Amino acid sequence: MSDREHMAGDSDVPEGQIELSEEYRERLLLAQRTDAEINAAVLRPMMETGPKFWITVAILSAIILWGLYAWGYMIYWGMGTAGINNPVYWGLFIATFVFWVGISHAGTMISAVLRIFKADWRRPITRGAEAMTAFALLMAGLYPFIHLGRVWKFYWMLPYPNNRFMWPNFQSPLMWDMVAIFTYLIGSSLYLYLALIPDMAMARDHSVGWRYKLYRTLALGWRGTEGEWHKLHRALNIFSVIIIPVFLSVHSIVAWDFAITLQPRWHSTIFAPYFIMGAVYSGLAALATILVIVRKSMRLEEFLRREHFDALGKLVMVAGLGWIYFWFAGFIVEWYGNDPVTRELIHDEVAGKLAPLFWLQMTANILPVIFLAFRKIRTNPKWLLGFTLLINVGMYTERVLIVVGNMQRNYLPFDWGTYKPTWVEISIVAMTFAGFILLYILFSRIVPYVPVWEIKEGRLRYSLRRIGRLWVPTAAEID
Amino acid sequence: MAKAVRVSAKEKQDENRRRWGMVIDLDRCTGCQACVVACHAENNVPVVGEQEAARSHSMHWIRIERYWEGEYPNVKARFMPVLCQHCGEAPCEPVCPVFATYHTPEGLNAQVYNRCIGTRYCGSACPYKVRVFNWFRPDFPEPLEQQLNPDVSVRQRGIIEKCSFCVQRIRRVELDADASGREVEDGEVQPACVQSCPPSALIFGDLNDPESEASQLARSRRAFRLLDFLGTDPAVIYLKGGETNV
Repeated sequence: MSDREHMAGDSDVPEGQIELSEEYRERLLLAQRTDAEINAAVLRPMMETGPKFWITVAILSAIILWGLYAWGYMIYWGMGTAGINNPVYWGLFIATFVFWVGISHAGTMISAVLRIFKADWRRPITRGAEAMTAFALLMAGLYPFIHLGRVWKFYWMLPYPNNRFMWPNFQSPLMWDMVAIFTYLIGSSLYLYLALIPDMAMARDHSVGWRYKLYRTLALGWRGTEGEWHKLHRALNIFSVIIIPVFLSVHSIVAWDFAITLQPRWHSTIFAPYFIMGAVYSGLAALATILVIVRKSMRLEEFLRREHFDALGKLVMVAGLGWIYFWFAGFIVEWYGNDPVTRELIHDEVAGKLAPLFWLQMTANILPVIFLAFRKIRTNPKWLLGFTLLINVGMYTERVLIVVGNMQRNYLPFDWGTYKPTWVEISIVAMTFAGFILLYILFSRIVPYVPVWEIKEGRLRYSLRRIGRLWVPTAAEID
Repeated sequence: MAKAVRVSAKEKQDENRRRWGMVIDLDRCTGCQACVVACHAENNVPVVGEQEAARSHSMHWIRIERYWEGEYPNVKARFMPVLCQHCGEAPCEPVCPVFATYHTPEGLNAQVYNRCIGTRYCGSACPYKVRVFNWFRPDFPEPLEQQLNPDVSVRQRGIIEKCSFCVQRIRRVELDADASGREVEDGEVQPACVQSCPPSALIFGDLNDPESEASQLARSRRAFRLLDFLGTDPAVIYLKGGETNV
């Protein structure tokens, strides 16, 4: 791709600046930059890390260490140090697990689904989304371990020939969970890595010292030949098709963890699509949050433009509408069904002890959908940051309500209980949030955050043609 | 020769399998909690203390649910002992990833402590909430440690345990009967709660034997099963008359 100037010469673009109409001036893929400028703009924030960066790393590491202490404390003294109890066997741990699995869904949505639909605005944000998927899944994957009563026996869930002469029980949704999450983690990591290879080669050619050694290893000897590009494209096309069923299965299975039990309000057929919709909603919102922050802190204004926030905001809004629809479709059936236990659960949620959480959930999930309908708000990074953060507050609350809220009440009123998290749970949850941010910012300093080759490739799709006195972009099929 | 007898006894048992079950006569239950105490003593169930009980960490394999009925001054107390229902279609069984809970051929819902890794999925799936989790290391303050039952293992922290219908007593009776070459008689097996119930509200026996006291009572018109509409097919049958005032 280093000879872009040569390739660009096939259209009738004159030398120097062209006056584009306002509609096109903002477009990243039409921006008139040379390859060297793009490379430099991506590599500079990677190499330059100020004191602020290291202070952030130190604070995050401290939170992680404290969380590890809390986890060790809980393993040593027993699960009772957490607030979970009988009947609320699952608490903040499982709620946060569902939250992280949900966050992980946006990466595939952005890079695989939008890739298949050939939505070109995805190009600068795919890597950020894929990294978010991988790290959110890593954090989610911790919870099944954290949550185990005897975590030192976790490998009993793995199918391997053993002296107990036992296979794991593949009837159990927890086994499906494990298989699905491992598959998704491996798939999305490979997907992230595949798309990284050409950029690793680019970084290799522009770095010295330990970075050079690292990038040389990771680039796998990439030279950018015709055959290599062909194979890369084929691999990415195959991956983006097969990862979509995996992505749908993961959150369906998480939903079935709940839905296959007889617990009222969990035992519902709509849970799987409802969870997927919620996952996409919170994941896309988290991606928008991250992009706004990264754009500011890594000075990537060149690549993350209004058009991207606009398009992402629209996607968030559509996912939000979907979430509202699925929530309502599930709720109204149970409300009208008026089963005694369900009635008690709904009453407790809407007007009882959990009402503050419920109304927080509804406000935080519905309000942004209304506001994101306006282009001015979608394209304003500050508003977008505020509303997408609000969405994730709402979605986290939703998970807490689903897990904790529905376990407090069940068939025999004598067993009704209540739940309050302890410092152990809060520390461990904080640990995974800090862990996610730490992994993400370290990643963004080691790996080109913006996929350079995707942008260059996207630019090739467009050539400027003159119609009368107007320059208009025309798109070509290159996939 | 003894071996031949044993094989034939076992074959007969397979043809006409037992289904252990319990009948609980609510019209007799006084809510005295003797069964709860007996169960704790028999099965080495830890006593967690006031503070942890307040955090819903108490561990009872059988509990007396008390419900108030009516308005003051015409208030009635209702008592209902609830223990593991040993469901024929147990919701807890398919969800365990490591087969720690499974169904024995004799209809017991067995919990294999050594296999359990503590996902607590069975507890979430159980509609009766009779599964108890070891939130901490088991602790037996003096003098309770003097009376630990050697027939029952003390469970580790981090695993689920629950009512076993005193499987150690069932096995003892079966082995004794087997050794002397006879059948297990009705009423011979007595779980600790049954043995200790002053008004004999609990009756244990083989529900597949039409002659047993338990199965005869189970056919009573007063009989019902807890949350029967869920289709869990419990092996615990409750008896309750319409107009009794307990």
